[in-house]
Amino acid sequence: MAEAQGGRSLVVDAVTHRYPSGALAVENINLDIKGGEIIALLGPSGCGKTTLLRIIAGFIAQTQGRIIIGDDIVDALPPNRRAVGIVFQNYALFPHLSISENVGYGLAARGVDKASRQREAQRLLELVQLPAMAERLPRQLSGGQQQRVALARALAIKPSILLLDEPFAALDKNLRLDMQIEIKRLQRVSGITTLIVTHDQEEALSMADRVAVLGHGKLEQFGTPSDVYDRPQTLFVNTFVGSSNRMPGVVVSADRTAAKIRLDAGTEIIARPAGGALAEGRRVTVCIRPEHLQFVGDETGFAGVVGMSLPLGATVVHEVTTADGSGVKVSQARVGETRALENGAAVRLALLAPSLANAFPATL
Amino acid sequence: MGAAPASRDVTSHGMGLAAPLALFFLVFFVAPLLQLLWLSLHNDTAALHWGLGQYLHFLTDPFSLSVLGSTLLLGAEVTAVCLLLGFPIAWLHQRVGPRLQTIIILIVLLPLLTSVVVRTFAWIVILGRQGIINATLQSLGIIDTPLKLLYTQFGVVIALAQVQMPLMTLPLITALGRIDPNLDDASCSLGAGSWRTFFRIVLPLSLPGVIAGCTLTYAAAITAFITQSLIGGGQMLFMPMYLYQQASTLQNWPFASAISIIFLLAVLAVVSVFTTLGRMSRGYGGA
Repeated sequence: MAEAQGGRSLVVDAVTHRYPSGALAVENINLDIKGGEIIALLGPSGCGKTTLLRIIAGFIAQTQGRIIIGDDIVDALPPNRRAVGIVFQNYALFPHLSISENVGYGLAARGVDKASRQREAQRLLELVQLPAMAERLPRQLSGGQQQRVALARALAIKPSILLLDEPFAALDKNLRLDMQIEIKRLQRVSGITTLIVTHDQEEALSMADRVAVLGHGKLEQFGTPSDVYDRPQTLFVNTFVGSSNRMPGVVVSADRTAAKIRLDAGTEIIARPAGGALAEGRRVTVCIRPEHLQFVGDETGFAGVVGMSLPLGATVVHEVTTADGSGVKVSQARVGETRALENGAAVRLALLAPSLANAFPATL
Repeated sequence: MGAAPASRDVTSHGMGLAAPLALFFLVFFVAPLLQLLWLSLHNDTAALHWGLGQYLHFLTDPFSLSVLGSTLLLGAEVTAVCLLLGFPIAWLHQRVGPRLQTIIILIVLLPLLTSVVVRTFAWIVILGRQGIINATLQSLGIIDTPLKLLYTQFGVVIALAQVQMPLMTLPLITALGRIDPNLDDASCSLGAGSWRTFFRIVLPLSLPGVIAGCTLTYAAAITAFITQSLIGGGQMLFMPMYLYQQASTLQNWPFASAISIIFLLAVLAVVSVFTTLGRMSRGYGGA
């Protein structure tokens, strides 16, 4: 994660924001983003991620804390002087201006003459692979094309930070993948520090160098995609990022790196104590991802009864009811003729490997 | 209805629903208008001799032309005042919370909830020689003798602007409400200040509302018989009063009819200029 060319760092320093009603929107958020990084701000709707984006852009003045871009504290600067480029969820292209005028708008605001503006707009439109669209109006373009224009428009002002607000939410699935690759390519070329706000975990994990997971206005975890996915620090992260079975259990013995846990479903497993050491006898919630469970032929693991089976293309997901009555999902790769499981068949399940489970202190 | 063919065009039923209103218009609007036109094409008051004499008379008479001119000018002034005062209110309406929005709408609609006659007399009380404005200014020592406000062009414009304000503000509120609020933020984040955002984004996109508001205000202002005659008084003559005098006092129905037709054409001309201006601008999103 070397310092990329041209990208400026962004520090969100202990930012707290309260709505006028007194409710907390975001609480004590700390993010230290290096120049040129792509960061995903991931969280469910209402978690405060859009508020944080608007604070960084300058549309909302935070109640407490500082925003530092490069070496400058920008809290006193209005949005039009922060040089932060934004791509809005609905693109927000100016409907009455041509594509070329849209892209050149920020340059016009900086007093750049018309000829240079048009040249620069054309160059950017070539960069986003829309060179022939300059004279069209936004409504004559498809959603994906409009997004490229919005991106070109944001890049035209040579922003120090690029903010993308749910950039792929309005695109259909195939186009979404194209645009994700496209944005990643443009980000590599320009080296601009980029912050993507999204509620889509796949998007966050595939696009970002690091992912900041937000829940209920608090920063739950800030780390690389594999950190967030494989070593979640909180139960919220474990269940929000990727899917996860939550199985109750009790600690048999534990040290800092591993805990032996007796699951209520009727087996003992080794799990990673995610939030630090766990005391013996403590009730815990163990998270096991569906793809980390497998059917076993011997008497190891725990017993269950197969309910529904959903073939999801590359994988088949089985819903299994365990002895204590809770349901777990098991994901099986579809290799050749996958053994069909009858509804009601008795099976035994075990972890693929030890320590693929994470244990969190039970909250109840 | 049971025997309707399978491929019947569902849209055709819409026309039938409009029939009662169409009939009403035919009997009470189109027919009198044609009668007016027929009457205006006679040279004598008894309507016996055909001719364009009434029109020639109007178009060669400096007095008549000056009445037409001052009426059209009055409309332009009232429209300008309404636009300049109404736009900030409509703009404000977009930027306040829902409770204040309700209050603004109420204030905007308030003039419509009182009778024109009452409102006009209120303006007489305000503008008169011993009225509220003159009394206040005199007691503050700013003026010695009362200002002449009533029976002036200024007085008529102010009173009409207040009376017609909702016709301007409501279309503007609708037009501004249709603009995506993200466009403001987008413009701002691209480095544009408030004025640039206003003139390059908000104003062009609100143009349909501006055109609608101007058309309604203009048409209402120049035909506002009561306010024009009560605030304008005897010295100021506008087309509606001129027409009334010719028809009612002088019983010169053919000339009054010609005045109506000319007035109607003049208004249509101004309105079509507004509309053409609107269509030429690209802010007219419907195209």
